[in-house]
Amino acid sequence: MQSNAALEYDYSVAKLFTYATILFGFLAMLIGTLIAAQLAFPELNYLIGEYGTFSRLRPVHTNTAIFGFTVGGVFATFYYVGQRVLKVSMAESKFLMFIGKLHFWIWFFGALFATITLLMGYSQSKEYAQYEWPADVAIVILWVLWGISIFGLIGIRREKVLYISMWYYIATFLGIAMLYIFNNMAVPTYFASGGLGSIMHSVSMYSGANDAMVQWWYGHNAVAFGFTVPIVGMIYYFLPKESGQAIYSYKLSLLSFWGLMFLYLWAGAHHLLYSPVPDWVQTMASVFSIVLILPSWGSAINMLLTMKGEWNQLTENPLIKFMVLASTFYMLSTLEGPIQAIKSVNAIAHFTDWIPGHVHDGVLGWVTFMIMASLFHMAPRMFKREIYSRKLIEVQFWLQTTAVVLYFTSMWIAGITQGMMWRAVDEYGNLMYSFIDTVTVLHPYYAIRTLSGVLYFVGFVIFAYNMIKTMSSSRELTEEPQFKSPMA
Amino acid sequence: MDIREFQAYAALFMTIFLVGILYWYIVYLYRSEKKGEKDYEKLSNLALDDEIDSKTINSSSVASSEKKEQKK
Repeated sequence: MQSNAALEYDYSVAKLFTYATILFGFLAMLIGTLIAAQLAFPELNYLIGEYGTFSRLRPVHTNTAIFGFTVGGVFATFYYVGQRVLKVSMAESKFLMFIGKLHFWIWFFGALFATITLLMGYSQSKEYAQYEWPADVAIVILWVLWGISIFGLIGIRREKVLYISMWYYIATFLGIAMLYIFNNMAVPTYFASGGLGSIMHSVSMYSGANDAMVQWWYGHNAVAFGFTVPIVGMIYYFLPKESGQAIYSYKLSLLSFWGLMFLYLWAGAHHLLYSPVPDWVQTMASVFSIVLILPSWGSAINMLLTMKGEWNQLTENPLIKFMVLASTFYMLSTLEGPIQAIKSVNAIAHFTDWIPGHVHDGVLGWVTFMIMASLFHMAPRMFKREIYSRKLIEVQFWLQTTAVVLYFTSMWIAGITQGMMWRAVDEYGNLMYSFIDTVTVLHPYYAIRTLSGVLYFVGFVIFAYNMIKTMSSSRELTEEPQFKSPMA
Repeated sequence: MDIREFQAYAALFMTIFLVGILYWYIVYLYRSEKKGEKDYEKLSNLALDDEIDSKTINSSSVASSEKKEQKK
């Protein structure tokens, strides 16, 4: 045992990322709610000229949710969890502290810059990879800085064993690095043409079906390594720590990790079923998507079984409620995704509103719930104050749970209705409905989605308020809580 | 055998090979614990006992740490 009585974990960088994660979450959800309303009430497209149209705001919503809110949450938790499971403080290395802060500022200003470029209409027109090449360069730089932080902390660690959460953070780093660079290989046309056109414009190095395959290899695995892998890493730390219960089976966590790594990278082409990519690629993607249920449920069930014999905590601790529901939504989402990847189901589901329904039960129910619960857990330890209000957490929980349920149920109904109407033919084989017929039928469901967006956003504002009050005016703690987070 | 046929066989064998590795890993995890070489479940405590001055978990196997003690 080493004596480090005077040494404490240093959360300066984790705090910076926490503030910015809340800010980006607010923006992403505000814009998401607005564009949901625009689909239901098209007049809302014309509030602020070209900058307020659905086509401009939709990539701002998705990219702010991914690269601002989610990635920010992953970084915030890494700079917290990384120190604790490696038993080393950021304060022990001036170099790592400098890299951590540089990492934050480049990410923060890079994300702001990238958001502005999207608002101005600069886009690579690739889903979740819309950022043009200067923003891509900034992302590569900040990612390298994160890598230095990860492996730097590992390099000076006291705890030689890497806890399972660290494996997931490392996989996130390596996975996104590989995916992002390969999908964003592009030629800036201004330089290639000797000064013609916009300096911001670029052309992809891939074309046609190859471009589509690389894009969805990236697109789906951005979900894998951005929305799944790091969030699983987070729940493997925060649920056991908040509940005081050891992981049900550490061996299952290892096996699920390697299963997820092995399977996920093959599933991307399920976004391209019935398209001009080779048939075997489509079939392989379907098969791997279905087998993916195993490692996904391996982790989710492992988390639920961690609560074995301690289910009373579900009523006593609202953070446990958030995390258990997140794990449950993870199970729902990772069952729904493979079902949608079955070719015959995809024939109805593809291009319909069932797809954003699926994405949002994962992102709102799993990713955002886990990030908020993690930040709540971290707050009393980072700011040495108890959480401002338990009642507000309860209100937020029920508002947001209702919102997620309204979102995915309305989109399930809308999507399947849409898919069936597009395919319906009369006795002579003519299509029975025109596109506008489907729009008319779907209007109520779009309105329900808007309502769910408002509820979720209000819940997030309550979360932000609770966090800010926790940081600033909540009761101070004399010692760090061991497991359950104290709250007023 | 043309390149497409070769690709198909290569994909099939690689899949079988990697699945084989995954199953071998399950057997390895349980067997090494049964033999007393490893104790994976104690690693769960890394999340629960994470103070900077907490005792670190010995990364080496149970058997090798016993050998080291014997040498002392």
